[in-house]
Amino acid sequence: MLKARHKRIALIVGGLVILAGVATLVLNAFQSNLVFFFSPTQVAAGEAPKGKTFRIGGLVKEGSIKREADGVTLRFIVTDTEKDLTVAYKGILPDLFREGKGAVAQGKLGDDGLFVASEVLAKHDENYMPPEATKALDDAGNRAAANKAAQTLKQ
Amino acid sequence: MSNRLFNWFKYASPQSFYPVAGRMIPWFWALAAVFGVAGLYVGFLVAPTDAQQGEGYRIIFLHVPASWMSMFIYLVMAFWAGLGLAFNTRLSGMMASALAPTGALFAFLSLWTGALWGKPMWGAWWVWDARLTSELILLFLYIGFIALQSAIDDPRRADKAGAILALVGVVNIPIIYFSVKWWNTLHQGSSVSLTKSPSMAATMLWGMLLCALACWMYSIAVALMRARGIMLERERHTEWVRALLADK
Repeated sequence: MLKARHKRIALIVGGLVILAGVATLVLNAFQSNLVFFFSPTQVAAGEAPKGKTFRIGGLVKEGSIKREADGVTLRFIVTDTEKDLTVAYKGILPDLFREGKGAVAQGKLGDDGLFVASEVLAKHDENYMPPEATKALDDAGNRAAANKAAQTLKQ
Repeated sequence: MSNRLFNWFKYASPQSFYPVAGRMIPWFWALAAVFGVAGLYVGFLVAPTDAQQGEGYRIIFLHVPASWMSMFIYLVMAFWAGLGLAFNTRLSGMMASALAPTGALFAFLSLWTGALWGKPMWGAWWVWDARLTSELILLFLYIGFIALQSAIDDPRRADKAGAILALVGVVNIPIIYFSVKWWNTLHQGSSVSLTKSPSMAATMLWGMLLCALACWMYSIAVALMRARGIMLERERHTEWVRALLADK
């Protein structure tokens, strides 16, 4: 009785271990297909599919959002702080689409290096805090930057 | 040793577990109500507005507890299923079957509140990123488990088939949990984890934890109620159920 029970436990544990191993291998093999978006660095390195629709993601560069002459097309730069990619988009933007914040755009990369997006989504981070706290953090950041600048000047 | 084993197996029989569960259920309902009211009060009236998302982020007080429960209940369900498979205990299979509908409910709530949250914040109800897709697979696993069990008439065979499905599906749980770390996704990373301090204001965190506790208590209460129903149904030909019904 005890033996049969041990055998069953061994079968279950063994099965689970094998399953975990298989899942790891499969997920590793599909690694590149499971990403939701490519970063500008990956696009620059030619990892993104060419001539096909794909998504790019990164931060919207500060001060880069510009409206074109037609009044509806928007141009902005998506950056991962190493490489930049200019995106053109005509359509409605989500509320959280802001400079300095994350965004994901779906579209095609032209030969001229311009990414023409058909859909733009905002990607927000996992930090939740009241507005006063953000302001305090920003102020502290500015003070630290000012201190650093003052020190550099002294040297 | 023998004493401890005795106690374990005593409550592993439906006959002795039935009255114990019956006495515990009102307490879990009461705790669920207390934590639920406290959590919603903190979440909606005490916790501050979020700097980025304004008031819209408050859906987190349902979304995150529901997502946690959907994953945790699956682990508990698979644990009971595995125990039943290994030891052939009657109660294990009943507990696994009792947990499945509650787990499915929370998986559905997680996806639904996530869609309601995603539309205003991200700009989309649904995207096929790794986090959302693996959570959808979790809902399908629950539905598959329930469907498979109800398709087999013999409860012991239904338990065994369900147990294998439940154990195979366990592999999906770490995938859901770590999806936001392993791949780049539209879904943001975890705000609360064991390895780093939470990236939320303290009152927001308290609201969320209280709501999570309420969901725990609710889950235990309904799972025990459902387990009692399953016990009566499956053991209706036994002496103890007849004696119980004769008393009423």
